Amino acid sequence: MIRDTLALLRKDLLLELRGRESLPAMALLAGTTMVVLHFGLGRNTVSGSIASGALWVTLLFSATLGINRLFVAEQEEGGLDAVLLTPIDRTAILVAKTLTLFIYMTLLEAIVVPAFDLLLLGPPLWPALLQLMGVLALANFGIATVGAVVGAIAVQSRIRDLLAPLLALPLLVPALIASAKSTALLFDASGPSQIPGRWPLILALYALVFGLLGVALYDNLLDD
Amino acid sequence: MAETAIELVAATRNYGDRVALDNLSLNVPEGSRVAVLGANGAGKTTLLRLLCGLLRPHGGEVEVLGSKLPSEAWAIRGKVGLLAHEPMLYRALTVRENLTHQARLLNVEASRVNDLIGRVGMERRCDEPLRNLSRGMVQRAAAARAVLADPALMLLDEPYANLDPGGAALISPLLEDGRTVLISGHEPRMLLERSNIALGLRDGRAAFFKPSTEVSDSEVEGLYR
Amino acid sequence: MTESPTVHGRGLRRLAFATALTLGTAYSLVFFWTPNEADQGFIQKIFYVHVPLAIVSLCGFMAGGVFGLIQLRTGKRVWDMRSYVAIHLSLMLATAALITGAIWAKASWGHWWVWDEPVLVSFLVVFLLYACYQPLRFSIEDPERQARAASVFAVVAGAFVPLNFAAVRAAVSYTHPRTLGTTTGGMPGSMMLTFLVALLGMSLLFVTLWKFEMTSKNARMRLASVKRRIERDMAAGGTA
Repeated sequence: MIRDTLALLRKDLLLELRGRESLPAMALLAGTTMVVLHFGLGRNTVSGSIASGALWVTLLFSATLGINRLFVAEQEEGGLDAVLLTPIDRTAILVAKTLTLFIYMTLLEAIVVPAFDLLLLGPPLWPALLQLMGVLALANFGIATVGAVVGAIAVQSRIRDLLAPLLALPLLVPALIASAKSTALLFDASGPSQIPGRWPLILALYALVFGLLGVALYDNLLDD
Repeated sequence: MAETAIELVAATRNYGDRVALDNLSLNVPEGSRVAVLGANGAGKTTLLRLLCGLLRPHGGEVEVLGSKLPSEAWAIRGKVGLLAHEPMLYRALTVRENLTHQARLLNVEASRVNDLIGRVGMERRCDEPLRNLSRGMVQRAAAARAVLADPALMLLDEPYANLDPGGAALISPLLEDGRTVLISGHEPRMLLERSNIALGLRDGRAAFFKPSTEVSDSEVEGLYR
Repeated sequence: MTESPTVHGRGLRRLAFATALTLGTAYSLVFFWTPNEADQGFIQKIFYVHVPLAIVSLCGFMAGGVFGLIQLRTGKRVWDMRSYVAIHLSLMLATAALITGAIWAKASWGHWWVWDEPVLVSFLVVFLLYACYQPLRFSIEDPERQARAASVFAVVAGAFVPLNFAAVRAAVSYTHPRTLGTTTGGMPGSMMLTFLVALLGMSLLFVTLWKFEMTSKNARMRLASVKRRIERDMAAGGTA
């Protein structure tokens, strides 16, 4: 099963490398969002909960773009049928897509966080960096598990590009709450403080619950 | 006596309110070459997709290569090959990458990929992305994908539609020799010549299922009326 | 398809009567018996409509999830229909709950919307999620896939409801401890009794409407399938 997951993951990453459709678009949208936020908020720098909000709005919008693209290649080119005809464990498909989205989000953040620091963030990033990476990693897991399930549901619909964000964003609210509360503390104008344990706990539990839901339901989405 | 490759007993498959396959019963011995004839919408594609486990039956019993579908569908994966309307390959990847990826999922040796690339005559263009290739070339690559795991049962849905005669001549022994084959299409005469049993589908029911030599022209025409 | 027809219409008239009776009792009590709440006045009585609506719609959403799960397990389409009806009725109740919630918020706190009330906020998020249910369903043409995707959605969304409420409560109560609890806690007995009667009435209303819709849908479906069978037999007979 691990080998199958890795094979699928490798294929997705290779496709992205060749096609370059998802990640550049996500990064571009993030950049544009930050510019829009600058004008929308009417400020040169932000801190505290406003900074937190700005960062998460940026990341979530780009995430929905990634979720949209996650299954499109399979659906359009009949690739999923080919996989369904092989003896692999179908859960591998779910895990592979989750990992793909996780990797995209991580790479995206590697670009967005420095850009955010440069363009919008007031307080210095360095002291908060380690905690920030922890929060981002946990949040990415939540986004990835939700995204894999939502992507699989939405791709069957005619209006998939519309539905993926509309389904994903409400479902991501709990993760957003925990992440935003955490980063608000990190971006506080007077310096970052220690994040209370409840927020990372909520994030971890959230990713776990959606992961389990996904595993339980995935076969049903793929079968005909 | 030859073993049964496929056995259907009153198999049914619906598409919403419409009945796509209606109480279909047949018995296909191993090693047969079955021509599946019928007008568009008669149920040919539905039947083929049902037999490889992509669709589950809504009624009746289906047994393929000794395994009951859908409960034992896992047992036939990799043993049934499908060549369908879509090539089931990624356009952004090369032929070699596509086949290597599929080989990994099927647990097939990497050497077989090279082997097949040679057999379908694609050595020169196997490292170009699929989107640069003509439909005929893509169909050859799809054929290679379909036989990667050397399946005992091959399901071919209008396989020679995009191929030139040279391509077709190259592909057909690869697809058809040494296996049980079901091949559907709209060239009844050609299909009847190359098969030993013929199945005629009309509105999801079997209009006839008999040796190809015994099928009359009027019976074939009856399918298309 | 030879599923034995499930009769949903049984007892419908009795149920409708019981619903009317309970709701009638509840709202008479509201108007004539319960005292006016001290600082909010008469408009506070909308609480007896808003909260039951909210509670019943949330239970309805979760029931839709359970039905969806059964549909996935058994493959019987009737459960998909049950899930669909439960969810779309709950959505209508949820809309009413949001509107009455806004009116209540205006009466209690002077604003049409308050972010401090975690229940209201969670409710909005759940509403936004379920508002996608019908667009999702009707944008998938293949009936098998439609039923399956809808059921998966119902299960995921149904599981999400309690999760969401917990998370929002954790977020809001962290900063503003004003909750529904403090509004319902410390309610005098007369208010609690009336509230419970109203809740019962609303639940009965939901079940009645659900049964009613299931019955009419079922009847329509059976009529259509009989028509189709006649047509096919005529066509087959004609060419024989």
